[in-house]
Amino acid sequence: MKQYFADLFGAVTSIAQGMWITLSHLFRKNETQQYLSDEKPEERWRSVIVPEGLLQDRSRMRLHVKIEDCIGCKQCEKACPVDCIDITNEKREKTEAPIFAADGTAIKQRVIQFDIDMSLCCYCSLCVYPCPTECIVMTPEYEFAETVKSDFLYRFAKEKPSPPEPPKEEKPEPVAAGGS
Amino acid sequence: MGLKRPELEAKITNYLSPIVIVGALGFLGAIATVPQVAALIREQLQANLSATMAAVVAIGLGVGATVFLVTQLPIFLIWLERKVAGHMQDRLGPMRVGWHGVLQSFADGIKLLFKEDIIVKGADRFLFKLAPFLVVMGAFAAFAVLPWGQNLVVSDLNIGLLYVVAITSFGSTGILMAGWASNNKYALYGGMRSAAQLVSYEIPTALVILAVVVQVGSLNLQEVVAAQQGGFGDFTNWFIFRMYGLNAVAFVLFFICGLAETNRNPFDIPEAESELVAGFHTEYSGMRFAMFFLAEYGAMFFVSALTAVLFLGGWVGPFHSGPLSLFVKALLLVFVQMWLRWTLPRLRVDQLMALCWKYLIPISFVVLLAAALVNTASS
Repeated sequence: MKQYFADLFGAVTSIAQGMWITLSHLFRKNETQQYLSDEKPEERWRSVIVPEGLLQDRSRMRLHVKIEDCIGCKQCEKACPVDCIDITNEKREKTEAPIFAADGTAIKQRVIQFDIDMSLCCYCSLCVYPCPTECIVMTPEYEFAETVKSDFLYRFAKEKPSPPEPPKEEKPEPVAAGGS
Repeated sequence: MGLKRPELEAKITNYLSPIVIVGALGFLGAIATVPQVAALIREQLQANLSATMAAVVAIGLGVGATVFLVTQLPIFLIWLERKVAGHMQDRLGPMRVGWHGVLQSFADGIKLLFKEDIIVKGADRFLFKLAPFLVVMGAFAAFAVLPWGQNLVVSDLNIGLLYVVAITSFGSTGILMAGWASNNKYALYGGMRSAAQLVSYEIPTALVILAVVVQVGSLNLQEVVAAQQGGFGDFTNWFIFRMYGLNAVAFVLFFICGLAETNRNPFDIPEAESELVAGFHTEYSGMRFAMFFLAEYGAMFFVSALTAVLFLGGWVGPFHSGPLSLFVKALLLVFVQMWLRWTLPRLRVDQLMALCWKYLIPISFVVLLAAALVNTASS
């Protein structure tokens, strides 16, 4: 019998608590956002870079890689839960001129392939956090629909530079045998 | 016309939404002036027509006004529900069609009108077609006895409350019929659940109504309202404030039972979408589906209005008496229904039955007994 009234009391208080929570949410600012084409109708049909502050802070859109800063550590590839990042490296020769990322890290690998399949990407942003040079980022670009699936494969690596031509041996001019 | 489609849409929504908003405000104003207009019309009728004809025309006008109200109200309520649902979940709700989506329900209605009307193979065609009408009838016929003001009631029945209890059960017959005629297991489950639910929840509903009837001494809804008149600001005499808090308990009980009778959350097991696809209206499409929708929102408004009549003074309002008072009270209770819908999870079938038989029925018996005792002692 005691349990019966305890149950009743619990039901009433918990319902009141729940109703208070939903009522507080009723007057809260909405988390979702209208599709931006409403606010910028002239930019409706093309991919746009959205001005700062128009999107919410936590919005996650298309990935971008600043390939000049990439040191080829593959941490983003390991972090990706859907394996949509594909990286191939090539060791840089010691003899080559040292190059550095924007934050000063020495780049010891040449990234010859950096592919992101945006059709697989789940926009979890997990690849962004481990990047030591902050070269992989979420951009505010939100409209990038394609008609062909292969167009979702974004290749960020530069064209593999052709191997440096072997230094030309300065062949001594063959001395003309038959002198003048 | 060289208008492109988006331009045309923009034109339509830009012109229509102010009309709809102004119309809604005008509707509220019109409701407030209904008593004066009705008195004028009645005077004119009695002066120009014979007594029988005057009565017939008056009833016809009343029926017309009520039918207009109950068919137009769901359009507004559906929009309200979607906005409330959206904002409670930190979303925006409909925003596209018109100002903050006020025209969304009209657009949906037009879409439903144009949709193909499918009757599934193997369905019981006659019952399948009959069921939506029964459901709508059950929800809308109850409005006949709802008192909107002094002399403002379509049918001033002496057995108004009995009529209400009887006619609202019609909806459940229709739901069971729809479930059976669809020849679909989910629809049948939905119909059966609805029947089980209604049979259970009729008991506490009737008992709580009886507790009010004991205090009034009449089944007439106008007399229920009349018994609540007077007091400070016309609201201290409402039943909810009387009987040392006993009636407040009765009010909560009646509201819970009302939720169950209209199949609203958390009692919406007949159409539990995560279990039964869409429940009893799984196989319905187009206008027949829209009728179920219309009936649900009509019933929702009616239950709220009836709660207001029984416990919150009906049209006898705080500082203002008339149809507007009842309308606003009912809308507030409808909002509470929506609020509860987006707060509470759905009950399981056994929990639903336990709530009714273990909690609501004993408590309503106690309330009825106590109401009778207190009433006898005080008179």
